[in-house]
Amino acid sequence: MTGFKLLLRRILPQLITLALVVGLISIMFPGFFEISLANGRLYGSPVDIFNRGAPVALLAIGMTLVIATGGIDLSVGAVMAICGAVAAWGITEGYGLLPTLLMALAAGLACGLWNGLLVAFLGIQPIVATLILMVAGRGIAQLITEGAILTFNHEGMIFFGSGSLLTVPTPIIIAILTGALVTLIVRRSALGMLIEAIGINFRASTLAGVNTRVLLVAVYMTSGLCAALAGIIAAADIRGADANNAGLWLELDAILAVVIGGTSLLGGRFSLIASLIGALIIQAVNTGILLSGFPPEFNLIIKAVIILIILVLQSPRVRTVLAFLSTARADAAGQEKKVVEP
Amino acid sequence: MNSRLLPLLATLVIFLAAYAVCYAQYPAMLSTRVIGNLLTDNAFLGIVAVGMTFVIISGGIDLSVGSVIAFSGVFIAVMLRDTGLHPLAVFAALLVLTTLFGAAMGGVIHYLEMPPFIVTLAGMFLARGMAYVLSIDSVPITHEFYEVLQRSYWLMPGKGRLTLIGGMMLVVFLAGIMLAHRTRFGTNVYAVGGGVQTARLMGVPVGRTTVGIYALSGFLAGLAGIVFSIYTSAGYSLATVGVELDAIAAVVIGGTLLTGGSGFVAGTLIGVLIMGLIQTYIIFDGTLSSWWTKILIGMLLFAFIVLQKGLVWTSGKRRAAGG
Amino acid sequence: MPHGDARQPLLHARGVRKIFPGTIALDGVDFSLHAGEVHALLGENGAGKSTLIKCLTGAYRRDGGDILLDGESIDPKGTLDAQAYGIGTVYQEVNLLPNLSVAENLSLGHQPTRFGMISVRAMNARAREVLSQYGLDIDVTRTLDSYSVAVQQVIAIARAVMLSGKVLILDEPTASLDAHEVKMLFDVVRSLKERGLGIVFISHFLDQIFEISDRLTVLRNGQLVGTEVTAEIDRVRLINMMLGRELEHETRAHGKLHEAAGDPRLVFSGFGRKGRIEPFDLSIHAGEVIGVAGLLGSGRTETAEVLFGVAHHDSGEARQDGAPVSLMSPRQAIKAGFGFCPEDRKTDGVIADLSVRENIALALQARIGWMRRIPDREQKAMANDYIRKLDIRTPDAEKPVGLLSGGNQQKVMLARWLVTNPSFLILDEPTRGIDVGAHAEIIRLIEELCAQGMSLLVISSELDELVAYSHRVIVVRDRRHVAELAGDQITTGNMVRAIAAPEREAVN
Repeated sequence: MTGFKLLLRRILPQLITLALVVGLISIMFPGFFEISLANGRLYGSPVDIFNRGAPVALLAIGMTLVIATGGIDLSVGAVMAICGAVAAWGITEGYGLLPTLLMALAAGLACGLWNGLLVAFLGIQPIVATLILMVAGRGIAQLITEGAILTFNHEGMIFFGSGSLLTVPTPIIIAILTGALVTLIVRRSALGMLIEAIGINFRASTLAGVNTRVLLVAVYMTSGLCAALAGIIAAADIRGADANNAGLWLELDAILAVVIGGTSLLGGRFSLIASLIGALIIQAVNTGILLSGFPPEFNLIIKAVIILIILVLQSPRVRTVLAFLSTARADAAGQEKKVVEP
Repeated sequence: MNSRLLPLLATLVIFLAAYAVCYAQYPAMLSTRVIGNLLTDNAFLGIVAVGMTFVIISGGIDLSVGSVIAFSGVFIAVMLRDTGLHPLAVFAALLVLTTLFGAAMGGVIHYLEMPPFIVTLAGMFLARGMAYVLSIDSVPITHEFYEVLQRSYWLMPGKGRLTLIGGMMLVVFLAGIMLAHRTRFGTNVYAVGGGVQTARLMGVPVGRTTVGIYALSGFLAGLAGIVFSIYTSAGYSLATVGVELDAIAAVVIGGTLLTGGSGFVAGTLIGVLIMGLIQTYIIFDGTLSSWWTKILIGMLLFAFIVLQKGLVWTSGKRRAAGG
Repeated sequence: MPHGDARQPLLHARGVRKIFPGTIALDGVDFSLHAGEVHALLGENGAGKSTLIKCLTGAYRRDGGDILLDGESIDPKGTLDAQAYGIGTVYQEVNLLPNLSVAENLSLGHQPTRFGMISVRAMNARAREVLSQYGLDIDVTRTLDSYSVAVQQVIAIARAVMLSGKVLILDEPTASLDAHEVKMLFDVVRSLKERGLGIVFISHFLDQIFEISDRLTVLRNGQLVGTEVTAEIDRVRLINMMLGRELEHETRAHGKLHEAAGDPRLVFSGFGRKGRIEPFDLSIHAGEVIGVAGLLGSGRTETAEVLFGVAHHDSGEARQDGAPVSLMSPRQAIKAGFGFCPEDRKTDGVIADLSVRENIALALQARIGWMRRIPDREQKAMANDYIRKLDIRTPDAEKPVGLLSGGNQQKVMLARWLVTNPSFLILDEPTRGIDVGAHAEIIRLIEELCAQGMSLLVISSELDELVAYSHRVIVVRDRRHVAELAGDQITTGNMVRAIAAPEREAVN
């Protein structure tokens, strides 16, 4: 089987789900696929799904790697708020675009480093270690913005939120580029395999000479960096840093995207593209509910139902039962054959 | 000294020291008025934190409680607005509902063998979504019975008021302490947190205990919702966002091990009071900004997690050396 | 009755069989236990001791045979069920809850209650009373983990006896105890024996077996070797039973003598780690196979772990070709050209969900670094090369290694290290749990590798295997290297005698 076919088989359930969701929306809202070009930028619901889904997609990229190592990063929403605050602060203080962006990205890396050190070197459970920054992070962001919503009017910065390049909105480009870049790095280098090895069997990986601790820190730093990008986009989008609400609960959406993408919460094999499709599914559901005239309140209930379905499908017990049924069927088939043979 | 008591002792010392610092700057903070307010303002958090303590001691986590409180408020407000039911009847219906909700989550966790984190995340979305479905707007509660509830208090010496809801929190804590240390269920909760496999081998009914733990957390979240509705006279689906985090923080600062197996309900009360004290101090100060609360709580969390890690590490080391 | 004992045994297992996919773990084993008897159960890893115990306690469903308790056939459905019949078990890793108090551990599930509330006073009083029968006077309100493992063992025994009361199975209870604690535990065992309990005692410390047991049963490769009265057997015969070779079989298959040409490749001096393995000296030449013989728990695996940097050595130094080399982590050891196939393949060896190809490439990739990925084509070629060379039975290189049989997983582990072209390879029980065919292949491979100039350190409980390929053999006992055999000295008999030599020197 070629690599492409393997990939297709891996992401088929996610693609089918996405197609179902989109199909359902287009039935309820016939104008769904209309895309228009205005002021050199694409508009329309599909574009909107990509555009609104970009921050969660970015978070999901880092989260996928973290979850593949058997960890979890609860702090990404708060890190978004911190980095958005740094970006807004830098630009209003007049540091210029590039230094400001670098500062915001550095803040994300620093947050990731903190998480990674706690997990890899102090041996604290990931869920506990990242909880600290999840709680304190918004406080730090407010410290930077001094409690206010720090607004700015810098065209260069706003470009990252609502600008467009060759008619495509910038957030989409950033998310796709990041996804492609990380996929390329992870799959073209040996990182992907080493990360999966750590997630499946930490001790055996260490014994095989894998630099497990350093890799763990690197993975959490990647997650911090992705959160920083998402934070910059979120701040640029509203032209200001809202320490209280930027990225609020997005860590949960990101985890959900990874889970929908089929990466096990216990770690191991992962697929970045499947997580990205997972993020799109979440956003398609959001947009679909808005468009179809259902009250937006249904959104959360649908999310809950999605999680429940995935839970049931991923449950070790249900899997055992399914495996049992399929082998029983195979056995039955085998027996039939035996009967025919003589 | 038993090393398990050390985090609890640390919590107590921190609380007393913090209170001493507050008192040195603002002598008024020692008044029963401030203490009464401290209890009243944090009543709903304290009640929900008791449930969270049991969940965390068992090695689990419950992310749904904040949403359940919001749902409870909206449910009560809408029921009182749209039906002629007495608040007490509504309370009873609500508690049955939230207890069943918790039990269902416990069942999924145990029988489908799924991580509590993701199961209660679904519960969090579901409860918040149901609250939205009932009403998006804040629904005021105007029932004379509520006024009775709000006006009932016990005047402490020094003119401080121990309100009904503040007192309720203390009662819940007392009941929680009894449940944890004086019942088989309580011992089973510790046993499950100490090791599911071993507990099962020793005959602990793990499934029943797990369902019971999350049912208890659901029940207490419902009760906290009632208290919160009395406190605010309204039901609002956007209320108490992130309360689960505050509850988890209070439990950890109260000396309970986030990895399960060890902790005290009484410690959680002190944890809640420390968090309340930080807020009260910031209000008294007037110049300090509210975000320092979050940063301070984060720092306390870090300190306690490292302290616990250190304790586990040294006791492991001591055992290895002494073995 | 095989031993002419007229009494009816308390517990009697007849022809117990247990089959796992691919292996017969227990093949028609008989075992009997009398009231007031301590019956030792011996055998190396994989001999079937724990399988037998698990069949007796219902943790495993047996595939054949009967278990009689007081003459009546029983079929326990699980540990709790066995407990209700009267069979209690205490394991090496104490199966109590470290975070509960001593009293709670003793009474869990049976706490005295008043009006639905646990009566803590009654619970503690009862715990004190129970423990006083075992000569323990401790604070029962403290958590279990504030006491030493020995005290925890006694508490576990007290609980097991309280809840079952007929048969007590002690599964390696002394593995992590010191001499004084062992004595305390034995006092408890003797008093229980006097109370008429039947006690099954599993240990790999021969001194302890001789001290405490009345009879002993030896298992090997899932089969019953024999049951003997302890007082009528000597050490050498016992070890022969366990390791399965007769003393007569002493001649070496091929007289192998390594010409120690030139300087040794590796020299370890005073190498050791407190509590794991006493400091030892060891030098290894190119193309030399060092065998390590010793019973389970003697310090053989610890030797390998210290050499490979899994456990940090806290004394001594290592030199490679005359230059000092740091071995404080597996990474450093790998950098020095070491490789290590651990004994427990499942937890320490293979990455189950990764493919055969990825498992084989892992160590080499880790050494090269993540930046320079070994191209797919090379990985495949490498994997296919070794699948052919080592005859790894797998449909293709992309199959998850967890789905292969034990022997094939072992070969994948070997392949993982061979592709790194190591100068020194450590193999811990490379032939355990694999079928006869694969067994022979691995031995052939060891000989081939040393012929190519690789140095090997091979740990094995198959003594004749060690005779076949070792140039020198280190004998390990009580966490110390006690003998080094070379050339014609390498015979199973010499090894058995060195392992058996009763230890009289005081251990510091």
